[in-house]
Amino acid sequence: MKDEVTSRDDRIANLKGMGCSRKRVEDARFTQGKGNYVDDIKLDGMIFGDFVRSPYAHARIKSIDTAAALEVPGVLAVLTAKDLEPLGLHWMPTLAGDKQMVLADGKVLFQGQEVAFVVAEDRFAAADGIEAVEVEYEELEVLVDPFKSMESDVVLREDTVDEAGKLVDGAHGPRKHHNHIFTWEAGDKDPTFEVIEAAEVVAEETMYYHRTHPCPLETCGCVALMDKVNGKLTLWGTFQAPHAIRTVVSLISGIEEHNIRVISPDIGGGFGNKVGAYPGYVCSVVASIVTGKPVKWIEDRMDNLMTTAFARDYWMKGRISATKDGKITGLHCHVTADHGGFDACADPTKFPAGFMNICTGSYDIPTAFLEVNGVYTNKAPGGVSYRCSFRVTEAVYFIERMIEVLAIELHMDAAELRRINFIKKEQFPYTAALGWEYDSGDYHTAWDKALKTVDYDALRAEQAQRVEDFKAGKTRSLMGIGLSFFTEIVGAGPVKNCDILGLGMFDSCEIRIHPTGSAIARLGTISQGQGHATTFAQILASEIGLPADSITIEEGDTDTAPYGLGTYGSRSTPVAGAATAMAGRKIRAKAQMIAAYLLEVHDDDVEFDVDRFVVKGVPERFKTMKEIAFAAYNQAIPGIEPGLEAVSYYDPPNMTYPFGAYVCVMDIDVDTGVPDIRRFYALDDCGTRINPMVIEGQIHGGLTEALAVALGQEIAYDDMGNVQTGTLMDFFLPTAWEVPNYETDYTVTPSPHHPIGAKGVGESPHVGGVPCFSNAVQDAFRAFGLRHTNMPHDHWRIWKTANELGLHG
Amino acid sequence: MIPAAFEYYRPKDMAGVLSILEEQGDDARVMAGGHSLIPMMKLRMADVPHLIDLQDVEGMSGIDLGAETIRIGAMVTQHDIIEHEPLASVAPILREAALQIADPQVRYMGTVGGNVANGDPGNDMPGLMQCLDAAFTVVGPDGQRDIPARNFYEAAYMTAREDEEVLTTVTIPMPIGGYAYEKQKRKIGDYATAAAAVQIVNDGGTCASASIAMTNLSDTPIYSEAAGAALVGTSVDDAAMSAAVAAMLGDIDPTEDNRGPIAFKKHVAGVILRRAIERAWSRA
Ligand SMILES: Cc1cc2nc3c(=O)[nH]c(=O)nc-3n(C[C@H](O)[C@H](O)[C@H](O)COP(=O)(O)OP(=O)(O)OC[C@H]3O[C@@H](n4cnc5c(N)ncnc54)[C@H](O)[C@@H]3O)c2cc1C
Repeated sequence: MKDEVTSRDDRIANLKGMGCSRKRVEDARFTQGKGNYVDDIKLDGMIFGDFVRSPYAHARIKSIDTAAALEVPGVLAVLTAKDLEPLGLHWMPTLAGDKQMVLADGKVLFQGQEVAFVVAEDRFAAADGIEAVEVEYEELEVLVDPFKSMESDVVLREDTVDEAGKLVDGAHGPRKHHNHIFTWEAGDKDPTFEVIEAAEVVAEETMYYHRTHPCPLETCGCVALMDKVNGKLTLWGTFQAPHAIRTVVSLISGIEEHNIRVISPDIGGGFGNKVGAYPGYVCSVVASIVTGKPVKWIEDRMDNLMTTAFARDYWMKGRISATKDGKITGLHCHVTADHGGFDACADPTKFPAGFMNICTGSYDIPTAFLEVNGVYTNKAPGGVSYRCSFRVTEAVYFIERMIEVLAIELHMDAAELRRINFIKKEQFPYTAALGWEYDSGDYHTAWDKALKTVDYDALRAEQAQRVEDFKAGKTRSLMGIGLSFFTEIVGAGPVKNCDILGLGMFDSCEIRIHPTGSAIARLGTISQGQGHATTFAQILASEIGLPADSITIEEGDTDTAPYGLGTYGSRSTPVAGAATAMAGRKIRAKAQMIAAYLLEVHDDDVEFDVDRFVVKGVPERFKTMKEIAFAAYNQAIPGIEPGLEAVSYYDPPNMTYPFGAYVCVMDIDVDTGVPDIRRFYALDDCGTRINPMVIEGQIHGGLTEALAVALGQEIAYDDMGNVQTGTLMDFFLPTAWEVPNYETDYTVTPSPHHPIGAKGVGESPHVGGVPCFSNAVQDAFRAFGLRHTNMPHDHWRIWKTANELGLHG
Repeated sequence: MIPAAFEYYRPKDMAGVLSILEEQGDDARVMAGGHSLIPMMKLRMADVPHLIDLQDVEGMSGIDLGAETIRIGAMVTQHDIIEHEPLASVAPILREAALQIADPQVRYMGTVGGNVANGDPGNDMPGLMQCLDAAFTVVGPDGQRDIPARNFYEAAYMTAREDEEVLTTVTIPMPIGGYAYEKQKRKIGDYATAAAAVQIVNDGGTCASASIAMTNLSDTPIYSEAAGAALVGTSVDDAAMSAAVAAMLGDIDPTEDNRGPIAFKKHVAGVILRRAIERAWSRA
């Protein structure tokens, strides 16, 4: 028999299980143009909807005249807030507990806001119809600065004040001002302030983490079909959380949940942009109910950049205290968060500023205090986690800049300052001052490996020489060494403290083994390019002993997949990946009983070995998983139900805490402000590594998005609230040309509480990358007195830094 | 990002083009590669009810190298310029500049004629053609005329070409001396923050002639006669280059945009020009 001549190693290799750089099974269709994205969906009689959008950032709507639009050939209907109001759908709840206008209800709060929905036979007629809708606006004072907004008499949101003129409480407590959304605190205020005030050394800095956008290649869109015969609504769309969308649609529309089917087809990148619910979804559903036809809505690039889900926009003020030798004693962070016209952040309910309270970073900081104030302005809503877990990018940027500023204050090397403050290996599980319990880590090992690989001391020596040469007029180029050490917090999350709109953040996996020994597994998550069909099959292969190539992974159809909260915040592997392993173990437990029966021994006398159960001590007596699967269906086994299936809903006991050490070496042309990245080294520790090649791909992508944000990518507004960066000409999306070669490396510190020890990796490189690129720019100017300058570090801002330091003579 | 409805024409010869232009007047426009015009139509910033595609018009895609002049048909693409070895050997600045325009996909479609006729201050070829003292041949209902590149640009999107005229040929006197096209941009596919075209002649260590034009630093390309003059008769030393930069700065008039404030643009214009002169001189 073939099996007998196959070595154990061959059997392991044949599974393509965990640790194998298995090629991505998705790529065959993606690279051949055979993906099926929402805009590829074509249904009989399908019609199109698109928006009339506000040219103003703040205006009252005096009238909307749709008569001319209805005359445009092909235009079928024009919806306004007045049409949605009787259905109670002119506003919708946001994931942050606020509400948002679906179509402008009397006023508009940001440029590009949805004012009317034109439904037409094709998208060309819809575009002509949009031109023909006449809207009369009365411009109002525009507030684009959150600090001014908090002092202004202008009431942006009329629902923040009651008839008696009293402030109405927000979703997270009382308001301080009519344009104030919430205040959120973590840690101990008074003790922290006492420590800081009494400290030997204190560094203070204010930094602005600019507004940007996830900008997935595929924009947002949907197709809605209300079948009036069977009463079923089917909604295809770019949803990172299809089940949550189903529940939300049911709650706001009143359609029973079993009558709603939400399908996420292939998704061309999400990065947080596709978590929330958008007016386009609601209007498409309504238009389908009204017309009885399938209705498609697809954003164009400008719609996407200007209106759906920005990220960041945090003004962060920090104070960090230390002893003279550099031991950090306290940290204070104060944030003013610009949320735009509606609070549409996608954070767990109890965390209105996400996991910003991970801002003590990788350091053993005994006392800390964080305060975040959310503010309304005349900008687009959003505040999503762009390739990160709930504001972790902001938190890590903050602490990694504060460390640099403290190093300057202490006249100390920033690598050394990190080293003496890292949480030590033996301190894990470690409870941070702001509450989180870090599961595992070995920061010193990672840091030493990184610094050694790049030959840190030699780089510093080269940099010192460069400064001298610059001062001597021998060069006009400076050299920056960017350091960052980050700790992510991913895998939201334990249902006891993590929910979105009351939906617990567990996740799920359901497995069916087929009689011939292949399988299908369905999960509550949805890949947007992460390669779930590849990696989840690998987890299962190792757990149940069937080859990954014989396992289909399916996600995204709420009629077939088990309930789950979707994919964002690097939660798929920590939560659904855990569910997959647990469901696999249930399969294995039943398989063990079947094997024992077939081998005529007691259950305890067989043990699992790669792809089979063997009689203990008698390796030649075994049943392969393939044989067991067949028996499970086709043999009457006393006391055991036929079939081989399992389902697991996994409520994680804790988050997981991936970490990493990054170094960037950059040369900067002082005269033009052009940076040139000479080297980028990224060491990631994501615990157990499922597929090293997929990890590397994720790291390259995340670093590239980090480069984008640090070096130019922004959503900028002028004083009138006009978006200045609404196309890819001005919104920086790096190409292969702008991207350096990345050197990747790793250490492995498994998560102690995760069934397979995995931690999640998709977002780490973005979280750690942004401060690394930024620190490199800032470090280049440290010798000339720079403490801090805000991102994005595009050419003119770098030039301005050099100019202000007097480097242009 | 969907244009308004338009009629599409694809005439086979210039007579056909001219007759549609005459018939439809302001409502008609010719299209070459479409890579400036179509985006404008999609943004509904250009309203073109009658679109005349020049792709099938005969005789507009040749590159002729004469003894004294180079003639480039309006429909020659930027990619063609890069690929044409004989052209690159007699006028290497054309390839150096074309390689800095947009990206390969755009360059497969974008034409020389479209680039110079467009009138967008961001286009690279207008400044280049001013540096090379090219002339643009246009034909219209009243026949054919030549317009020097240095007199062609009036304001952003305003040129000396009449609406009913079509640009057929760009004629360039055979360039001599060293050359450089230097461009700073934010990323691949971006228009210039600042760009400089320099063609310079070295006669025994002394600059015999110099031609300098700048891109995206005013609402038209800027041919800076004074900057060139500042180099002539010098050994192109530091002082001469400073004088050229100072002269150029007197001619440009940049505005603030996402690429940066005016002071930055002026500074970078100076740096870029100096680098272009240095490189051109090293090749002269
Ligand atoms: C992403 C992107 C990046 C770009 N980056 C750059 C860059 O860095 N530098 C740069 O220079 N350009 C850049 N471009 C523009 C590109 O080079 C265009 O192709 C060029 O500007 C116009 O050439 P076209 O053949 O596409 O002309 P079209 O778009 O067809 O026409 C442009 C205009 O010229 C008129 N026109 C065209 N041909 C004639 C003719 N023969 N006679 C009279 N009028 C005519 C048209 O009516 C129209 O008004 C970029 C374009 C894109 C899309």
